[in-house]
Amino acid sequence: MKLLRCPVNGVRPVSEFAYGGEIRSMPADTCSDIEWAHYVFNRSGVPGVKVEWWYHIASGTWFHAERDTVTDRVLRTWLPGDLPPAADGKAA
Amino acid sequence: MTFSTQRPVTAGAPDIGASTTPAPPGRLPVIAGEWIDRTRRLAFTFEGKAFSGFDGDTPSSALWAAGVRILGRSFKYHRPRGLLSMANHDINALMQAGPRLNLRADVEPLEAALNLTAVNTHGGVDVDRARLLGWFGGLLPVGFYYKAFHKPKALFPFWERLFRRITGLGRVEFDAPHVRTPKRYDFADLLVVGAGPAGLMAALTAARAGAKVVLVDENARIGGSLGYQRGGNDDTLARLRALESQLAELPNVSVRTSTLAAGWYADHWVPLVDAKRMTKLRTRAVLVAGGAYEQPAVFRNNDLPGVMLASAAQRLIYRYGVKPMDNAVVLTANADGYVAALDLLAQGIGVPAIVDLRPEGDASDLPTRARQLGIQVLEGHCVFEAEGGNRLAAVVVCPTDADGRPQTSAPQRIACDGLLMSVGWAPAAPLLYQAGTRMGFDTTVQQFVPRELPAGMFAAGRVNGVFALEAKLLDGERAGAEAARFLGFAATSRITDRPTETTSPSHPWPIVEHASGKNFIDFDEDLQLRDFYNAAQEGFDNIELMKRYTTVGMGASQGKHSNMNAIRILARIRGRTPGDIGTTTARPFFHPVPMSHLAGRGFSPHRETPLHSRHEALRAVWMQAGIWLRPEYYAAPDKTRIELVREEAAAVRKAVGLIDVGTLGKMELFGPDAGEFLERVYTARFANLKVGMTRYAVMLDEAGVVIDDGVVARLAPEHFYFTTTTTGAATVYRELQRLNAMWGLRIGIVNATGAFAAMNLAGPGSRAVLAGLTALDLADAAFPYLAVRIGEVAGVTCRLMRVGFVGELGYEIHVPADQAARVWDAIMAADAGVRPFGVEAQRLLRLEKGHIIVGQDTDGLTQPDQAGLTWAVKTDKPFFVGKRSVEIVRKGAVRQRLVGFDLTVAPGGPVPKECHLVIRDGNIAGRVTSIAWSDALQRHIGLAFVEPDLAVDATPFFIRADGGLMVQAKVAPTPFYDPAGARQKLA
Repeated sequence: MKLLRCPVNGVRPVSEFAYGGEIRSMPADTCSDIEWAHYVFNRSGVPGVKVEWWYHIASGTWFHAERDTVTDRVLRTWLPGDLPPAADGKAA
Repeated sequence: MTFSTQRPVTAGAPDIGASTTPAPPGRLPVIAGEWIDRTRRLAFTFEGKAFSGFDGDTPSSALWAAGVRILGRSFKYHRPRGLLSMANHDINALMQAGPRLNLRADVEPLEAALNLTAVNTHGGVDVDRARLLGWFGGLLPVGFYYKAFHKPKALFPFWERLFRRITGLGRVEFDAPHVRTPKRYDFADLLVVGAGPAGLMAALTAARAGAKVVLVDENARIGGSLGYQRGGNDDTLARLRALESQLAELPNVSVRTSTLAAGWYADHWVPLVDAKRMTKLRTRAVLVAGGAYEQPAVFRNNDLPGVMLASAAQRLIYRYGVKPMDNAVVLTANADGYVAALDLLAQGIGVPAIVDLRPEGDASDLPTRARQLGIQVLEGHCVFEAEGGNRLAAVVVCPTDADGRPQTSAPQRIACDGLLMSVGWAPAAPLLYQAGTRMGFDTTVQQFVPRELPAGMFAAGRVNGVFALEAKLLDGERAGAEAARFLGFAATSRITDRPTETTSPSHPWPIVEHASGKNFIDFDEDLQLRDFYNAAQEGFDNIELMKRYTTVGMGASQGKHSNMNAIRILARIRGRTPGDIGTTTARPFFHPVPMSHLAGRGFSPHRETPLHSRHEALRAVWMQAGIWLRPEYYAAPDKTRIELVREEAAAVRKAVGLIDVGTLGKMELFGPDAGEFLERVYTARFANLKVGMTRYAVMLDEAGVVIDDGVVARLAPEHFYFTTTTTGAATVYRELQRLNAMWGLRIGIVNATGAFAAMNLAGPGSRAVLAGLTALDLADAAFPYLAVRIGEVAGVTCRLMRVGFVGELGYEIHVPADQAARVWDAIMAADAGVRPFGVEAQRLLRLEKGHIIVGQDTDGLTQPDQAGLTWAVKTDKPFFVGKRSVEIVRKGAVRQRLVGFDLTVAPGGPVPKECHLVIRDGNIAGRVTSIAWSDALQRHIGLAFVEPDLAVDATPFFIRADGGLMVQAKVAPTPFYDPAGARQKLA
């Protein structure tokens, strides 16, 4: 079972976490209906390093995780509003 | 060292030294280091005949010692089969012992009173009638199932029944006892897989550096090849004893025998499987020293009982003291075969010839020694075919040409009852593959070896392409030191790179063609050489395709003895190298494991409200609501469910009822931005909600789909209390947290679902009942409809909301969970007329009011306008989740609308049910979401999604009920009951 580092609770098994999807910014009010529909319904499946929402269920902590979807390696995790820490040197 | 095994190591077992009692027939004199205890006899039966073996035997070793040569029948042609590996892949010696299926006779410990039968036979293993199939083998090519039996279609069930009867492994006994196999969890710094020379040295090195090491080996005892590849003397056994005593001094090594590391999962999570259970080990690093599977040579009749891997004969001798044969030809292509010949000679077994596939022979002094001992060594020769009926009688040997093809002009027939095959090895690398190791084909050793190991993975010994004993020990030390350093311990080793072999231990083409076939590649599935050529000819010439078409490697041994030869054959067919062909993926678990080890307990947790005991006392009939248990209705003698539900509903309409609604999600929201937060997450306005009032709230997702609803109460300017649906509580809370993690509003949100109980006191008599229990002014002016008040009920501080979900005067009372029973009891005692009602009555009552249940009357596509919730959606707000989607959807036509309907059922006619379809002109035009008989209205009422042009009052439409019968309904306005809402607003 995979391990994941919660910025508050440290390294925990992935069964304690829920995935919240890739972090995407909502388009501005001025966007077209097509752009809005793209935002709502389409997700990028392109493999690579993504920043995602993860939730530590037991403590109710949402955080950001930078994950390489090719290797399924989590490079770093941090709380929303905090600056991302330096990436794990062994990653890539 | 701590030591655990499923089988106690018998104290006092003779180890080194000769016994004075003569060995029984089939057994050798006492062997130093043997695993059997000759003082303990075990009686058992095989195929109805009585046998005996020793404690420490396996069924195969005991039967072989007793002279039994047919241990099983092959899967397809029902050919007689003996033993092949004695290393956990003797698939043709799978046995059944009562309810125990798939007992691996080559490795499972023999037990007293086992009643064993061979599987997959018709009339017993010796005279299996299905052996006749072998004569028709030519008519049963690979893939014949797919080709031959699908026409005519009507006959297929006949063929299917026939095949099911004549194939399969064992017979399931349906009264087999239920065995519970609890899981264990364990932690280590380093897992070392395999306790042969490399694994032992690796474990020693890492443990001396300070690492907490778990060392597992699938065998009953540690040592690996040190114990059985001896070369006619006991030097390696002495080395094993030395390593064992060094290991015993280290407290930080846990040795587990008869234990299989069955797979690798992310971040070094490894299931360790033993006879009793699975242990889930979390380790920081894994060192694979699992060795290599010895590979068979391929020639005609290479499956005759008596033909076996060289290591199988060595295991028989050194582990079980069993004489494998009287005279054996050794077919070899490496030094290991010569070592095996020396092992045979040392036990008085005749070796008429060593047949070496290599024209140049072996570079060591071993051939000279063999010749000195009187063995005929035939270099550049092959075994062309084996002869015999039910057991090996002779082999036919001939020279090979430069391409390894047999030159049959001058065959030499050698009588023998045994043939040892020592032509190569395949790495036991599944864990390495699963961890993402990049493997490459090393032509020096003719083997796939690790080229690039992922972080925390290490390999040593044969799996790493290292075969010479001294080199294996050094390689284990190297890998153990590397692993220790990875873990942060200081460690050094005498070498830093993998030792290289000078000659290959594996022959690149240990395969001999034969016009008459029966040269088997895969003993699980009875695949012959020509099956592979046929598969390639039909286009299945990719290794993954070939595997699936021929089923090579898909039997119970999972290709341990067949995949490497399959890769070689395909490489030759395509004119490529095995490295180009690559391997198939060995997924976890790579070795079969009993289902009982994997099965979990039946574990479906449910939640009970604080009032559970009260419902139980009132004879509640329970139903599941999400993870909660809720009373569906309350039972009474001599009354049916329908009668009771109607009585409960009538009590609410006419007098007063009480329902536990404590399963609702309950959230506390505090902070200066609390109103703004609710404005964003719900569709209605909340910034302007007055303190002391409540408002219905609908939540959408970004696509504008209704996902939840509830009631929001404002207790103070910066304090809201709101409910969610029963099933939505956890996900809504989670999403609200995420949204505010994004927005950063000044709020705090608390999930108080478990902290509060809640009950709804409803009915025209509710005010009078409540008045006797509280000092609150319940007059309509002081506590109007939709108001919220905090006050004492029965001495407990509660939050009371005047709600109208069931359409009567009613008070939803939220009370701290630990005080819930006190309030419930007080209400029930206040008036004998208070009737508890369950979820089913509530569903009927709310349907009479036309109130929807999110998730029942909406689905994953329902927009608020479709569900009649337009009034609750305030698009003049600057933002709420889903607003833009609602606006976009409003530009187009509504595809369906939720409407009320009623219908008159003919006496005895069918009543439609939820999810029955609305049909127009033979097409689907909607579906029923709720339907019930209303006593209050004396007719069936319901809610249904219909196409928009049908959503006009009094429009008739048809519902297709059970049996395809059409029932006419007509659209009716909602609420069906008390349309003006006068009763819930009762002043």
